[in-house]
Amino acid sequence: MSARPGQDPADSAEQPPADDREPVGTTEPGRAEEIEQEKAREGAADDGETDDRWQEAFRRIISGGWAVALGAILLAVIAGSLMIIVTDEAVQEAAGYFFSRPGDTFAAVGEAVGGAYSALFQGAVYNFRADTFAAGIRPLTQTLNNATPLIAAGLGVAIAFRAGLLNIGGQGQMLMSATAAGWVGFGVTGLPFPLHLILALVAGILAGALWAGIAGLLKARTGAHEVIVTIMLNYVALYLLSYFLATPGLMQAPGSANPKTPPTPESAQLPPLLGERYTLHWGFVLALVAVAVVWWILNRSAVGFSYRAVGENPRAARVAGIDVSRSTVSVMLVAGALVGLAGVTQVLGTVTTGFGSDIDAGIGFDAITVALLGNSNPLGVLGAGILFGAFKAGGSAMQAAEGIPIEIVLVVQSLIVLFIAAPPLVRAIFRLPQPGSAPKKKRSKAARKEVSA
Amino acid sequence: MRLELRGITKRFGALVANDHIDLVVEPGEIHCLLGENGAGKSTLMNVLYGLYDADEGEILLDGEVQDFEGPGDAMNAGIGMVHQHFMLVPVFSVAENVMLGHETTHGPGILDLSAARETVRSTADRFGFHVDPDAVVEDLPVGVQQRVEIIKALSRDAQVLVFDEPTAVLTPQETDELMAIMRQLKDEGKAIVFITHKLREVREVADRITVVRHGKVVGEADPTAPDNELASLMVGRAVQLTVDKQAARHTDNELAVSHLQVATPNGQVVVDDVSFTVRGGEILVIAGVQGNGQTELTEALIGLHPDARGSILLDGSELRGRSVRKVLDAGVGFVPEDRSTDGLVGEFSIAENLILDRTDGAPFVRAGSLQLGLRDEFAREKVDEFDVRTTGIDLPVGRLSGGNQQKVVLAREMSRELRLLVAAQPTRGVDVGSIEFIHQRIVETRDAGIPVIVVSTELDEAVALADRIMVMYRGRVVGIVPADTPRDVLGLMMAGVAPETEGDAA
Ligand SMILES: Nc1ncnc2c1ncn2[C@@H]1O[C@H](COP(=O)(O)OP(=O)(O)OP(=O)(O)O)[C@@H](O)[C@H]1O
Ligand SMILES: [Mg+2]
Repeated sequence: MSARPGQDPADSAEQPPADDREPVGTTEPGRAEEIEQEKAREGAADDGETDDRWQEAFRRIISGGWAVALGAILLAVIAGSLMIIVTDEAVQEAAGYFFSRPGDTFAAVGEAVGGAYSALFQGAVYNFRADTFAAGIRPLTQTLNNATPLIAAGLGVAIAFRAGLLNIGGQGQMLMSATAAGWVGFGVTGLPFPLHLILALVAGILAGALWAGIAGLLKARTGAHEVIVTIMLNYVALYLLSYFLATPGLMQAPGSANPKTPPTPESAQLPPLLGERYTLHWGFVLALVAVAVVWWILNRSAVGFSYRAVGENPRAARVAGIDVSRSTVSVMLVAGALVGLAGVTQVLGTVTTGFGSDIDAGIGFDAITVALLGNSNPLGVLGAGILFGAFKAGGSAMQAAEGIPIEIVLVVQSLIVLFIAAPPLVRAIFRLPQPGSAPKKKRSKAARKEVSA
Repeated sequence: MRLELRGITKRFGALVANDHIDLVVEPGEIHCLLGENGAGKSTLMNVLYGLYDADEGEILLDGEVQDFEGPGDAMNAGIGMVHQHFMLVPVFSVAENVMLGHETTHGPGILDLSAARETVRSTADRFGFHVDPDAVVEDLPVGVQQRVEIIKALSRDAQVLVFDEPTAVLTPQETDELMAIMRQLKDEGKAIVFITHKLREVREVADRITVVRHGKVVGEADPTAPDNELASLMVGRAVQLTVDKQAARHTDNELAVSHLQVATPNGQVVVDDVSFTVRGGEILVIAGVQGNGQTELTEALIGLHPDARGSILLDGSELRGRSVRKVLDAGVGFVPEDRSTDGLVGEFSIAENLILDRTDGAPFVRAGSLQLGLRDEFAREKVDEFDVRTTGIDLPVGRLSGGNQQKVVLAREMSRELRLLVAAQPTRGVDVGSIEFIHQRIVETRDAGIPVIVVSTELDEAVALADRIMVMYRGRVVGIVPADTPRDVLGLMMAGVAPETEGDAA
């Protein structure tokens, strides 16, 4: 804080009036004194400025990514409500005689929307109809269970993104990690419980890391674009696993003609976290640990610093002695390990009865959305993962209870992302301040203006 | 067209970058805007150009109040601007960049590129410089990119022209050309705002001078006032414009470069068999017109051209073939020529940028973990020491004024334990007060017995700093001469004419 240009009327007092042609330098005190004075002035200003500071903090919060995320969720929920209203039969019926009894329509609308979201809530968080608390809380545990792979894979996409890489290969990385973990799970016999589990975990995570590492290596060595490479590796992984699954003696369950593996033995399973009564397993804890680790990497570690430097300005990073190729490979390894964790928690925790080539369940792609919604920030990814886990859990409950198509939930999810991708829109709707002081944003506005001029 | 700014105020959070600024620029006048780094000059011009909304105040053109929503409006109203930090699309060609914003088409949506090429050619011809309309902007040297900016501003027949430090990246010759262009434009009756930190230029073209400090207009100055008076007006204190240094006292440290050769990927040799030595305690200034291999030479010194050939011996150990990391670890400080692309990560905070090349170990990294407390303490210290004008060390460096960004790079590179300092255009965009400080620091580094290489296209700076001057032309060394070599000899050398007696004043 060496100098804050004139925020204090005192400033003008010591500067000559505008028409003064005297060179100022000869009349001003020495440099050191000047700095002293400035500091004193700042100190004095600080007290009166507390209000300003709160305002500034508030302004920063509402112009930050979080406000946009919340706004986007709200907008998407409103849009979802409209769709529920339009598609609801009771509402349609009541609207038929809207002008004679408008109250009916409103009642029906309220019922449809209220019913839908209450079903969503009860399916995702707490079921009020349950007899005991233990049963009532089950939906929440299901939500967290759904969130586990979304968080892990979301972290994998987010960390790569911070290093300037688009990891579209979540599917392939998950499939390879599931293959490796599954194979160690049912293929290796005779190991006792924690050992077998740890071995399977490590194998799966390594497989994910290596699969993404291939993409990183190709990018670093040959300049191949990581989007193309990761997408292609998705296909390679998918058909490789399909082949394994269809070949007796490889991954196919013995005595079966289905493309499905044998079940995961108990010695390699992630134990339930809250007892047998719930599906939630230790994978969720691993995902939380991953959040903490990624947070540390990005914000506190030297490698994370170089990842971010490469992501923001690879040329400056290179001049500063950061090995850009190595950073590319290493961040892809980490990203793949994280996505691998997602695959591992699937086969060792959630789907232990044997799996097919659809074990990724689209999580590799949902992870991109989760990372985007979470602003590529570990805590954001955690929140976004849980939100999407809740949508998944609540969506089916909503369908079952209210007959509302699960697609509505998917539409809401997609709308959230759409709004997130268009922050100026959300800001305009909620009258949040546009980040006017950021020249970069302004510049893009400028570019648009220029183009349309 | 007459431009008037009335009471313009622009705040960034708690910082008042422009504080009720009034400014009038008459047609047919070159109006110089002077002021130290961070005074608010660029901000004021960005307000004028519609890039920022003013918090208070109004813009008048020929007496009419304007309301610019964005640069498009400003352009249509007849304002052209050459930005301090280029606003070109790097992957577009020159013609495409010039056309951008007012594309002409023939048929439905088919771009008329040949018309754009013609515009580039005719504008370039009119002012007598050469730019290939089909060259891709990112492949061009900064000096030429600057011309593209100028062509872009001129091609739209603007009546009010703003030049925000256009000469920071130009060679003296190019600067002279630009001055001639500005005079020509002035004679055509345009109103011109010209921002610069170089007194010579002010003296040469200014009709009127307004001085800004801490966001306020603090006075007008007479273009005929003596240099030191103008300088002290700019920064608000007396400034010493000459470099104060003792005769070189050589030490045993030494950088010996021999037969260094660098080629571009397509085989063009840009540094051709360059050999020289710099001894500890002396400053070698590499002069010459920009684009004659100086950039590649310095890049090769720190390992950015892994396939360079020859040898680079620092205190007897070979640097060539080492990675950038290893070269930096050997104690080489490097100030790249282009701070925004090579020197800084714009989105990173000042504190983060100050440790950008120090993330491989103690003191800022322990067990793989950043030592944030230590980093921040260091950052605060350096911000003070180098007088970086900022509201805090957490501000993204890209939000600093140009000169203050440059100080951040210098602070980082000059704070390590050095065995060699390579500084390319160290004072680019820096105000006279800070130039004094930076020159002093460079001389101190030299006096500590460290070999120093400075690349400068400013002849004044070269002569002031150098113990010896090496001139490059087309990738080759024309000669290495003592600093007191007459300027006309240096000028000839820059054109490739070798001096009569090879100066061997080492
Ligand atoms: N987008 C921004 N956000 C926050 N602060 C900013 C922003 N842009 C400029 N500033 C601050 O406003 C002040 C004025 O900056 P400006 O770029 O106008 O200076 P300048 O006079 O052009 O300096 P220079 O000679 O170094 O180019 C500086 O303190 C700078 O840090
Ligand atoms: Mg500026």
